Parts: sequence; structure tokens; C-alpha cells
Amino acid sequence: MSRRASIGDVLLQVEHASLTFGGVNALVDISFDVLEHEIRAIIGPNGAGKSSLLNLINGVYAPGAGTISYLGQVHERMHPHDAARMGIARTFQSLALFKGMSVLDNIMTGRTLRMRCGLLAQALHIGPAAREEIEHRKLVEGIIDFLEIQAYRRQPVGSLPYGLQKRVDLGRALALEPRLLLLDEPMAGMNLEEKQDMCRFILDVNEEFGTAIVLIEHDMGVVMDISDRVVVLDYGRKIGDGTPDQVRANQQVINAYLGVAH
Amino acid sequence: MLYRENGQFKTTYSADQQLMPIAQDRWLMIALVASSFLAVPLLASDYALRALIIPFLILTIAAIGLNILVGYCGQISLGSAGFMGVGAYVAFNLTLRVPQLDFLVVLLLSGGSAALIGIGFGIPSLRIKGLYLAVATLAAQFFLDWVFARIRWFTADSSSGSVSTNPIEMLGWTVERPVDKYLLVLGVVCLLTLAAKNLTRSYIGRAWMATRDMDVAAEVIGVRPLTAKLSAFAVSSFYAGVAGALWGFVYLGSWEPAAFGVSMSLNVLFMIIIGGLGSMVGSFFGAAFLVVLPLLLNQIPGMVGIDLSTAMKSHMESMIFGGLIVLFLAIEPHGLARLWAIGKEKLRIWPFPH
Amino acid sequence: MPLAIGRLRRHWPVVLLAMLLVVGLVAPLAGGAATSGFFLEVLLGGLMAGVLYSLVALGFVLIYKASGVFNFAQGAMVLFAALATARLAEQFPLPLAVVMALGLMIGFAWLVERLVLRPLVNQSAATLLMATLGISIFLEGFGQAVWGNDIYRIDLGLPKDPMIVGARLFDGGILISREDLVAASVVAALVLALSLFFQKTATGRALRAVADDHLAAQSIGIPLNRIWVIVWSVAGFVALVAGLVWGSKLGVQFSLSQVALKALPVAILGGLTSIPGAIVGGLIVGVGEKFADVFLGQALARWFNLEGGGIEQWFAYVLVLAFLLVRPEGLFGERHIDRV
Repeated sequence: MSRRASIGDVLLQVEHASLTFGGVNALVDISFDVLEHEIRAIIGPNGAGKSSLLNLINGVYAPGAGTISYLGQVHERMHPHDAARMGIARTFQSLALFKGMSVLDNIMTGRTLRMRCGLLAQALHIGPAAREEIEHRKLVEGIIDFLEIQAYRRQPVGSLPYGLQKRVDLGRALALEPRLLLLDEPMAGMNLEEKQDMCRFILDVNEEFGTAIVLIEHDMGVVMDISDRVVVLDYGRKIGDGTPDQVRANQQVINAYLGVAH
Repeated sequence: MLYRENGQFKTTYSADQQLMPIAQDRWLMIALVASSFLAVPLLASDYALRALIIPFLILTIAAIGLNILVGYCGQISLGSAGFMGVGAYVAFNLTLRVPQLDFLVVLLLSGGSAALIGIGFGIPSLRIKGLYLAVATLAAQFFLDWVFARIRWFTADSSSGSVSTNPIEMLGWTVERPVDKYLLVLGVVCLLTLAAKNLTRSYIGRAWMATRDMDVAAEVIGVRPLTAKLSAFAVSSFYAGVAGALWGFVYLGSWEPAAFGVSMSLNVLFMIIIGGLGSMVGSFFGAAFLVVLPLLLNQIPGMVGIDLSTAMKSHMESMIFGGLIVLFLAIEPHGLARLWAIGKEKLRIWPFPH
Repeated sequence: MPLAIGRLRRHWPVVLLAMLLVVGLVAPLAGGAATSGFFLEVLLGGLMAGVLYSLVALGFVLIYKASGVFNFAQGAMVLFAALATARLAEQFPLPLAVVMALGLMIGFAWLVERLVLRPLVNQSAATLLMATLGISIFLEGFGQAVWGNDIYRIDLGLPKDPMIVGARLFDGGILISREDLVAASVVAALVLALSLFFQKTATGRALRAVADDHLAAQSIGIPLNRIWVIVWSVAGFVALVAGLVWGSKLGVQFSLSQVALKALPVAILGGLTSIPGAIVGGLIVGVGEKFADVFLGQALARWFNLEGGGIEQWFAYVLVLAFLLVRPEGLFGERHIDRV
């Protein structure tokens, strides 16, 4: 596939990362990498530490041990807004949308980093401030078109059905124009049609914008279909890493999912 | 029928994003502003101006300021009156010690100093959240109370702790008559309301609302919590400072430190709760409510024939106030502004029921 | 042994404060009997005042522990209970008046549950906080409208004259108020009873479950409404005791509700979910305030040409603010972890 051909160098490198919460080992000695332009899936049973891993990558948690390097640079303590500035965006399993704002405003918040004009200029809404707002509005409208949610742009996000809210979450992440997009269970709670739509969006994002995508997903069909490589976690440890076919044949992975005692 | 948007299509983003997209709203606003500047000075009595309209306008400024902090940015503050006090005392000291300064400059400096102090006391908000922050802001309130009551320099060594002001000199115009005072305050209100509306619609306003709704998610999309929260504190305190200076100079004339105590802070908070958190027009409603209620309570018992002592009236006021707070929070947590919005919605489809 | 050390390390602020206290106690002793006598007096005065603050703070902690609501109206409840007792005692014998006042507080608890807590059951903490502010204002007005706004006396039969202790050790001896001693013992007994109640009884367990997650508590059959009435009644009882003690000391008047404003930082310093925390917090604030007033106040008055005094206005709050910056969950509070 033409998409596979464009996969580039190492974008993100996680080395021997560990994460502990007051006695509970969420992640133990995790190492893997993410290449430019690829789609990487993270799978594993519930409680395996997948969301924690994503939180680690984008700076919500700091690793107790190990390092995370992005674009070749090791980051000691990365805050989420630093991650955003470097081009890492993410969506949330529990839809962390801004309930008090409309769809348009939610996605516009994704452009905050790129807006420069100061307090006074914004208060007076003159020249540069007004122009900047329009410019970013155009880009956000492009995202809204892409996600086919034009009809809902002025509605408060809280009033939308779950599937549409997930799209807004994706739209907000896309507004950052990210180089690396972290998706936390983007298809949870969706029916077949919605899943197909979401798959299409994810593939389009990867093809059109060249964004590398890391996604946590439970639907094995989706994972095997769209991902280039897969990481498998179980009880906080990595038990598999490779192409979908390799992972599917891995005995440890099979045991973890079928629940063989270990 | 009257309020429909039929035929009002927007063909540019700037048209879509303007402050009042519906043409009828624009006409109404122009009419309102025009009548405020032209008709009210001619028709309103001096008493109405002094006792009702001027305090209403000044309190609106304070309410907008606190609304920005609490309603838009989600940081609970119980110390707004302290910052009003900063504005008032800075203005007093400036007019006393640097009398050449034009009052507009004094206002700006009062607001600016209140903003600086606000940023200082806002720094804890980065570590402390929710009701812990509310208590931290009380620390600001009580500390500022003490500073103004005890440090003699601020009150120009007044023995009783109270200060009184000279008439306002602005752009060569002495602001003495109630009408002059009204026009000055009206002008400031119009400017500051416009600025606030622009700010809340800009990316800064969105950053505030994002911080309020879910600060972890806000950080993830690149909003720096420091910038968002401190800018909210700064702007809010600026408004409080200007309101305080106006309150002291235009409305009170002379005051003791208790004028900017914790009860004033609570009053401003109630204004925005009842008016509607996160709503510009709600700040106006809340301020109007706070000014009108005591007046009603004063007049109505007399009109109905019940005679109440002043103490009893103030107790009744407390009871009704407290009761209304709870009622509003239970029935319509978004305050009078939401009722107004619902009313407008009904008007849009009138005379059809739905 | 290692368990104890682990415990000490977790509660390092308490250890630090205890060490400071010990040092502070010992140092003036080295300076001579006269100074240490004064020092001890200030210390004891502070401890006593602290105990009284703890009494009010207990009410905050109870309601927060059991319903997750921060009750701004606790001060107004203290005032109301004290007013009711004082005025009823004019007509009826004191014990009967106290019982009647308790009945009123239970009635109040029922009303609050019905009219405030139930309609606002799923609202945010900020909304509930503001609702309690509303209750506070209402209750202050209502109490004074019904019972009047003069100063009233409560005569608990406590000896008003102070004791003089250790006249031989220290110059002139140390003044201890008997009233305050009784108050301290009452508080100690209350704390013990309440701690036992929360830890050992089934109702106590139900209360803790409700505070943790009231939806989950409901789904296992805990009657939310009844629990809330119980909690607010107990808080009302604590408010009554506080009102009696403070009222007999200061007289029952409107400023009593302002005392509660002091108790706010005490509850937060202790960590809102801890009953012993309320006590420790109260002692720290009480002592801190007294010392700040005596020592810091003089220094500040000299340097800044001040009117003098008044540090108690803000000291408790600033102290708590500084503490929260270091340890946002208070002394004994629970760490809050955000799950994303």
C-alpha cells in the first residue's frame, strides 16, 4: 500500500518506562517505538495499563523509571501543554470535552497554541486580532467539513449523541495539527456503521495529513485491519510487539486473552 | 413574528462571528445605548440616579469582573471586595498626592494596581482548587482589610480610618452633579462591557472556559494553566479595582474600610449567581436585583400597611436573599440570564407555541 | 517499628510542628522563669482558643466527611442554636431549653435535606457551597428576626474566675480559665465519641460510604435522605455545644457567626475529612494566632507605623494558605488522584 511505503523514522521512543500508583504497578519496563506516519495499535485486556501508557506519552503522568524521547530528544518532565506544543495530540476514553461550549468553540480551543495576539488586542477586537480569529476559523471549518459535523457546529456538545461527541473530540485533537495523534478507544460504544465511519476518518487523517497514530482499541477486527504494528500489554508488561499477523500468532497473547492462568 | 431571523444570511465569517448576529438585537442595543445616553439624563430624577442607577452600573462592573473569574474561568473567589478596596484606596491616594493626574488615568492606575495584586493572590490557584481556593481568596480579603485599616499611610493618617474624596476632575470637566456622574459611569460601563464581551469570545475566553470545564483536557490541548488562571485573575481584579474606585469616588464619596469587607464580596458573588454565571447580561441582571431588592423591601411593607423596624427589614432582606440563592440554584442554576434566554427563544417563534 | 517510622514520614508536617512546639516550650525556660511564665500563659491561652475553634470546625468536618458538602452555614447554625437556647432559657429551665434547641436543630436538618440537598443532589461542589452560603444568610436573618438581635446571656453554671497555677514555679503563677478547661474536656469527649461513631457503628460506616460516592451508596440500599438528616442533626448538635460554650464565654450575639469564619481555615488545615485533624488544626491555629498577635503584632506595629493589633483577622487564613501550597490536602486529609 502507498501508505505503508511512506512510513519513516522513529518518532517516539519509550525505553524501560515504569509507572506506579501508590503501590500498584501500572506499567513495568515498557519499551517500544512509534515510526513517522505509521498506525500503531496498543491492545490488551482491561487494566493492562493501556491508558496509563498513553498518559505517559503525552505528559499527564511522569514515568517513575525509564525515558521517553520524542523526535530524538529525551524529555525529563514533560507537561501536557509542552506535549501539545511539540505536536502530540490525544483524545480521551471518557470524552473530556468542554461541556459548556459549542462544537465550534471546542474545536477552536485546539487552536489556542497558535493564536498570538495579546489581551488588549483581543479586548478591542481590532485588526490583527480579528484577522487571526477568521484565519483559524477557516481551518477549523475545514476540520468540521472533514468530520461531517457542519450541522452541529453551534450546538452545545453536551446535547449531542455519543458518536458525534467522539467526532468532536477527534476534531479538537486534529485542530492542533499534530504529528503524533493518540487515540484512546476511539470506537468504544459505537455500532458497526459508526465504527466504519471512524475507521475511515482515522485512515484519512493518516493519509492526508501524514499523522502518526497510536490507538488503543478492543475491536480486533479494526486493529488487524488498519494498524501497521501492534503492541500487546498485560498486567502492565509488554507481551507482544510486531505486525498484526505476528501478534495474532503469539502464544503469550493468546493466553492473555483467553485467560490462561499465569 | 417580530423576532425572526428570516432572510438574515451570513456570507462571511466575520458576519457570522459578530457580537449581535440577529439584526433585531442590533437595533435594540443601539436604541438602548442611545436612550441611556440621551433620554435617561433628561427623564430620571436625581434621586433615582444617585440611589438606583449609579450603584447599579458600578456594581455591574464588579459583577462582570467576578463573572470572568468564577463564571468563565471557574475559579471561586470570595475576595473581590478586597480588590475593589485596592482600587478605591489607590485612587484616593493618587488624587490626594498627585492631584495633577486626570481621573481617567487614576482609574486606569487603580485598575492596574488591583490587577497586579490580583495576580499575586491568584498564584495559589495553580496548586489549590475548588473550595480550598475559596478559602485562600478569603485570606486575600482579610489581609487587605487589615492593610487598609491599620497601615496609616493608606488612609493618609486619618484617625477614624475613614477617608473622603474630592470632586472628580476629568478632561477639564468637574464631575459633580448626579447627571455628570451618571454619564461618566455609563461611559465606563459601555467600554468595559464591550471589552469583556470581546475577551470572552476570543481564544483567551475559550482558554478560560476550557480551564473551567476540564482543566486536564485544557492542558492537553496546549492551554497553559498558569496563563489562563492568572489572566483571569488579572482581568477580574482590574474590573474590581475600577469598580472600587468608582464606588468610592462617585457613589460613596467617603468610606471606612468596612465598605470593602467580606459582605461586599459575598454580595458580588450573589449578584453573579442570581444573574447567571458565565453570562454578560446576567451580570447586569444580578446587579439590578441586588440594588432593587432592598428598595422594594423598604417600600412594600409600608405600602401594605405593615410596620417593620429597620433591623427587622435587614433581617427580612437576609432571609429573602438567602432563600432566593437556594431557590435559584435549585431551579435555575444558570440564573436570570437563562430565563432571559428562554424568553428570547419563545419570542423567536411567537406567536406559534413551538 | 518500621510501621511507626513509615507513619511518621507520611505525617511529616505534624512531626515538624510538634518539634517546633517542643523547642518553643523549652527555649524560654532557658531564658528564665519570668519570661517562660508569660510564654506558657500565651501558649495555654492559644490552646484553649484553639479548642474552641476545633469545636466549630468539627461541624464542618462532619458534614463534609459524610455528605461531601462544605457547609458554610456552620457558623450561622452555632449562632442560631445559641440564640434559641438563650431565649428559651428565659422561659424554661436551662436543660429543657437545651433539649428544645436540639429539637430545633434536628428540625432544621430535616428542612435542609428536604429543601436544599435533595433538589441539588447532583450539582457540583461549587453549587452546593454557594447553596450553603445562601442557607447561612437565611439562617442569620431568620434567627435574629425570631429571637432578636441583642446580646443574651447563657449561664451554664461554670465558674468564671480563673485558676492560678504554679505560683511557686513561675512569677505570679499562670492564669488558666476554668471555663476553657471545661470546654477542652467537652471537646475531647465529643471527638472521642464521634470518632468511635464513625469507625465502629454501622451508621458511621454508612455515612462514610455516602461521602465517598452517594450513587454507589444508594445502589446498595443506603437511604440517602435519612443519612443526610442524621449527619446534619449531628452537626447541629455539635453546633449547639459550640454555641453553648462560646455563648457562655462571649455572650450570645451576632458576632458569634463570625467566629465560624475562623473555624473554616481550621477545618481545612486539618484536612477536611479528618476529625482528629480538626482538633490538631484548631490547636495550631489557636496557638499560632495568639503568638502572632503578641510577638509578630508588636514587631509589625513598630516597623510599619501601624494602628496595632488585628493580626487575628487574617493570620489563620494566611497560615492555612501557606500550608495548602505545600500540602494541598491539609494535615490529615486524603490525597486526591485525578483519573483521566
